Amino acid sequence: MIIIGGSAGSLQVVFYLLGNCPPDFDIPILIVLHRDPQGISRLAELLATKTTLTVKEIEDKEPIEKGCVYVCPPDYHTLFEDESSFSLDYSEKINFSRPSIDVTFRSGADVFGNRLVCILLSGANADGADGLNYVRSHSGISVVHSPEEAEVRYMPEQALLQGKADHVLRKDEIMQFILRLA
Amino acid sequence: MDKPSDIQITEEDLTLLINDIHLTHGYDFSDYSRASFRRRIERLITIDQLSSFAELRYRVRTDPAYFAHVVEEISVTVTEMLRDPAFYKIVRNNIIPVLATYPFIKVWHAGCATGEEVYSMAILLKEAGLLHKSLLYATDMNPAALAKARKGIFPLSQMQQYSRNYMLAGGTQDFSSYYTANYHFASFDSRLSEKIIFAQHNLVTDFSFNSFQLIFCRNVLIYFNKDLQNRVLKLFDDSLEFNGFLALGTKENIRFSSIAPNYKQIIGREKIWRKIK
Ligand SMILES: C[S@@+](CC[C@H](N)C(=O)[O-])C[C@H]1O[C@@H](n2cnc3c(N)ncnc32)[C@H](O)[C@@H]1O
Repeated sequence: MIIIGGSAGSLQVVFYLLGNCPPDFDIPILIVLHRDPQGISRLAELLATKTTLTVKEIEDKEPIEKGCVYVCPPDYHTLFEDESSFSLDYSEKINFSRPSIDVTFRSGADVFGNRLVCILLSGANADGADGLNYVRSHSGISVVHSPEEAEVRYMPEQALLQGKADHVLRKDEIMQFILRLA
Repeated sequence: MDKPSDIQITEEDLTLLINDIHLTHGYDFSDYSRASFRRRIERLITIDQLSSFAELRYRVRTDPAYFAHVVEEISVTVTEMLRDPAFYKIVRNNIIPVLATYPFIKVWHAGCATGEEVYSMAILLKEAGLLHKSLLYATDMNPAALAKARKGIFPLSQMQQYSRNYMLAGGTQDFSSYYTANYHFASFDSRLSEKIIFAQHNLVTDFSFNSFQLIFCRNVLIYFNKDLQNRVLKLFDDSLEFNGFLALGTKENIRFSSIAPNYKQIIGREKIWRKIK
């Protein structure tokens, strides 16, 4: 499982990463982006125009299938019920965010352990930092977009301040890294 | 929220706690979504600064007042008035006109939390001139949430958002005419609550108690696993009249349940189904 989390300034990078995944890329990818509930409600449709993979916005207990890209819906936290399905949660915001990247990273680590890669991109909020540490403590792999390159460096920087990352990479390196996982 | 605590909780821990709760207090959380349940327990340990999982189990078993607090925390009571305005617009334009044709309207809000949802519906029925011939049952398993709901007093700070939701949902009145502002609270007109019956009802353990033309159960099923969702949807099916409507949360779906073949989604993607068989 690959989870990509991001906030302000991360959308272009998500486009780039998904756009460069080959059609037969079969590891499921989950995208957790902070969104204004009144803002782009059609993020999944937008992402679908950038990639050959199937893109779905998650509904409660959505089954997890190979070769699909899943998008967290606005105003819910996305959790993993088990290795084969998601579960949504409408509880308090975490780090002023719902969806919160920390929440999804942690839940992913509980369910997938060392079969999880979490990638944290640009943003103006510290969400994701705590989650990445938790992922590492559960033997998952953490990747942080290089603050030098990220459009808004705060989020990746906070992650590096609060813990270590397995990899700090430019976006082309993140792409190579993802392709090697397959 | 404070930083999550470092206490590691295993699946076995959760199972033990769920068994304790069931034996001691009768609440059955065994078919709740494990992922959400785990988060609630982790949150409890953090906010109550518990030193170990054993301490949580001990207090749950021995201290009824503490358990009441646990129920409050496990049941996520986050809610809003006219949440998802597009949904309420459809209720206003497409469902209420159908309800109007009945001599007596019965609605059930299952998992009503602190009541914002049922007050929203009461406003729509009032504006359609139907509230006098309606009865709204608002139920929840959480007694503390119901006590708040009965009062009809909500934070004043939310009113701007609710008023916006109201307008987006097709409201044309002055939303502030429905409440009296009092310090930090908005106290809703008691004429709205006259037709609401608040009662404790647990969807896991209690039975169908009436029949309805419209059932709301929004953002409750997400906390259940698929088996329990299916059981609760059957309970709704038993409680819904032929041609009645079932309204779920925007990300909930009946498609994986055994009642699906008897229902038809009324409009596009909105999560409102009509019982057609
Ligand atoms: C997130 S709130 C939903 C409130 C409202 N329907 C809305 O969508 O805004 C979930 C509610 O479901 C209630 N609930 C959870 N399990 C329940 C059960 N077994 N029986 C009845 N209510 C339950 C909780 O107490 C909580 O108030």
